[in-house]
Amino acid sequence: MSYSKMSLAKPVMRGLLGKRLRFHLPIAFALSLMAAAAFKFGVTEPRKRAYADFYKNYDATKEFNNMREAGIFESVRPTGK
Amino acid sequence: MLATRALSLVSKRVISTSICVRGGHGVAKVDDYNPLPDVRFVTDLSPVQKSLKEKEKGSWATLSNDEKIALYRISFKKSFAEMNKGSNEWKSVVAGMLFFIGVTGLVVLWQRKFVYGPVPPTFETEWKEKELQRMLDMRINPVEGISAKWDYENKEWKK
Repeated sequence: MSYSKMSLAKPVMRGLLGKRLRFHLPIAFALSLMAAAAFKFGVTEPRKRAYADFYKNYDATKEFNNMREAGIFESVRPTGK
Repeated sequence: MLATRALSLVSKRVISTSICVRGGHGVAKVDDYNPLPDVRFVTDLSPVQKSLKEKEKGSWATLSNDEKIALYRISFKKSFAEMNKGSNEWKSVVAGMLFFIGVTGLVVLWQRKFVYGPVPPTFETEWKEKELQRMLDMRINPVEGISAKWDYENKEWKK
């Protein structure tokens, strides 16, 4: 029983996980960093600016008086009464 | 990707291992085809097949292509192409899904008409307008939310 040699290349048996990681880890890192940067500059920075702008010229007494006139408080009535 | 392929092989194997095969198609349940069947497909060989099996014991170089295919068909029910072939089952599945979603929609409509009572008065337009006015008066969410979008000077929504 002798067989002629069939020449098929031996498949890769080792280093499969390493190869996969070397390919996917940089991509994963890059995408995560991009997501974090997008959130920082799309959400947190505008939000910080919005709060800063709101309080830059905020007059608490004026706002209080406006709210009082609108009649929402129970402890102080509008100035008419 | 690797995991899903391994899983599909395992699920095919599950069918065969749960069925007791005692050789020959005389048993009520036959091993459903998978890449690694327990028993050869054709168990009662015709004389031609028997002589072919004898020839197989010699050098395989002497076998013609037709003989090799015949030997394969003795051992296996389907080729890989036949085994992996897709079916039109998905159309029935989608049809069934849409049908039952439709039935659910009818049930919901019937419920709205015959089961549920009237909606509370707080949903009327007038009430909602008063609610919104009160929210604006209280300066709800004045930085980024609803009151931030209202122009208090001109008493209208900001452009």
